[in-house]
Amino acid sequence: MRVPPKVVHVSMLGVLWTVTLAAVFTLVGIVGWVLWHGLPDVTPQFLFSMPAESGAEGGILSVIAGTLFIIVGAVLVATPLGVGTAIYLVEYTRENWVTRVIRYGADCLAGIPSIIFGLFGYVFFVITLGLRWSILSGALTLALMSLPTIIRTAEVALRAVPQGYREVSYALGATRWQMVLRVVLPGALPGIVTGIVLALGRSMSETAAVIFTAGTVLPDRIPTSTGDSVRTLAVHFYLLATEGTAGSQPKAFATAAILVLAILVINVSAYTAMHRFLARYR
Amino acid sequence: MKREEAIRLTLLGLAMSAVTALAVITTFILKEGLPVIFRHGPASFLFGSDWSPSAEPPVFGVFAMIAGTFAVTFGALGIGVPVGLGSAIFLSEFAPRRVATILKPALELLAGIPSVVFGFMGMLVLLPFIRTHVGGQGASVLAGSTILGIMILPTVISISMDALRSVPRSYREGSFALGATGWQTTWKVTLPAARPGLVAAVILGMGRAVGETMAVIMVTGNTVQMPKSFLAPVRTLTSNIALEMSYADGEHREALFATGVILFAIIMALNTIANSVGRLGRKRS
Repeated sequence: MRVPPKVVHVSMLGVLWTVTLAAVFTLVGIVGWVLWHGLPDVTPQFLFSMPAESGAEGGILSVIAGTLFIIVGAVLVATPLGVGTAIYLVEYTRENWVTRVIRYGADCLAGIPSIIFGLFGYVFFVITLGLRWSILSGALTLALMSLPTIIRTAEVALRAVPQGYREVSYALGATRWQMVLRVVLPGALPGIVTGIVLALGRSMSETAAVIFTAGTVLPDRIPTSTGDSVRTLAVHFYLLATEGTAGSQPKAFATAAILVLAILVINVSAYTAMHRFLARYR
Repeated sequence: MKREEAIRLTLLGLAMSAVTALAVITTFILKEGLPVIFRHGPASFLFGSDWSPSAEPPVFGVFAMIAGTFAVTFGALGIGVPVGLGSAIFLSEFAPRRVATILKPALELLAGIPSVVFGFMGMLVLLPFIRTHVGGQGASVLAGSTILGIMILPTVISISMDALRSVPRSYREGSFALGATGWQTTWKVTLPAARPGLVAAVILGMGRAVGETMAVIMVTGNTVQMPKSFLAPVRTLTSNIALEMSYADGEHREALFATGVILFAIIMALNTIANSVGRLGRKRS
């Protein structure tokens, strides 16, 4: 028996509505679940005091500080590399085998699992370069991980700047670099910043790559040097969640709530900024 | 013009950073991992399913973990691909404009949820649910597949949507003009035209599932054994590295890098396939 096409269409539409809502509700549900259980325990005292009893008591001030140092360090290293790559790809060359190699490298880097970055960071930064478990080792490892994000977003941003801007700049007698520095970069800046902000968010949510490079030691003070070992929010949460006793579960939820909230704020601002930026040149 | 040339070369140098990083990472992982594979024989390392690093002499076989990785990954694809592709089709072809403009960014933002949070949710909600309603201890292939299936959704959805959106409007209009319904157009015209991109989306989702570590550790039980059923606990390649790295030394540590070599090879193969399939699609359209 042949089902009328109209009936198939309507029933498929129902199926598609259902799976889409299921996907959205599951993902939103996870965020809601974490915030619901975690936010009540997020108090000023939790945010601004040092951890005690391996995290089961006290707050997470030193963890927040360690996280900030590591993720800011990572983008400080990755930004010049990534933006430089994007400028070269967009302004200084046309598509050829060199650009294909560069893109292949960035694509592959983006696909490498974080645990491999962790292994590499451990053997290269921690052991071979002798940087030990430190903010520096963690930041350098995360810098390599965020490189593809920064390259890709910066490339999109640079390409969004209209060709006419470049032509006008040449017509005024500017060299290529003057054109890039005075015209294209300022025009692309909001988009480039979006990439950097996204990289901050990705670095913040990372666990496997930092656990073997920045260490798991729970510091009882704000770190003072790049050689200090720290524990990031994601690592702290993982350890509380898996090794902790029932007593540390409220702290685990509260840490997760901070982590999720911070990442949502970062991502929302990055996406709005990018949309506004791309709309400007449309 | 000397200054301009110097600037160009500097930028070229910076542009090589990603490739250089990739080369250095590959070199170090291979250098640390390959010796132990050849010392014990590639066959016994790859196809041995006994992992006893503290035995005398130690035995390193990763086959059970390769099997565990693929069991969990294919399970994840079984959940993530139909739901992900369905959502992508809905959002790009059928959703009312207002619904799409709300749901699409929502899904993109959720790509940023840390994997540890997924794992935690799995531990506290999914494992007890499986234990009471399905059976077994809870920590299992099923639990890993479910969590990973959810985690790969944003990847699968956003890449498939790009593929669907790059199908020219005129294809759809031609189909409608012939009197096809919306679903007939999608099934017979849009989906086949977008196929390379959709395949790339599935392969990249698979890559994410194979490479995921923390969430998997928290829900699969981590017992080194061949996956006999969906309710049996397993250990994946990634979990093996993360679980033992903190205390391993000497040859044991090398064996963990060797596990990394296998993982690396699987990921590179998947990336290369996704890359060439994607290129094939671009060439055709």
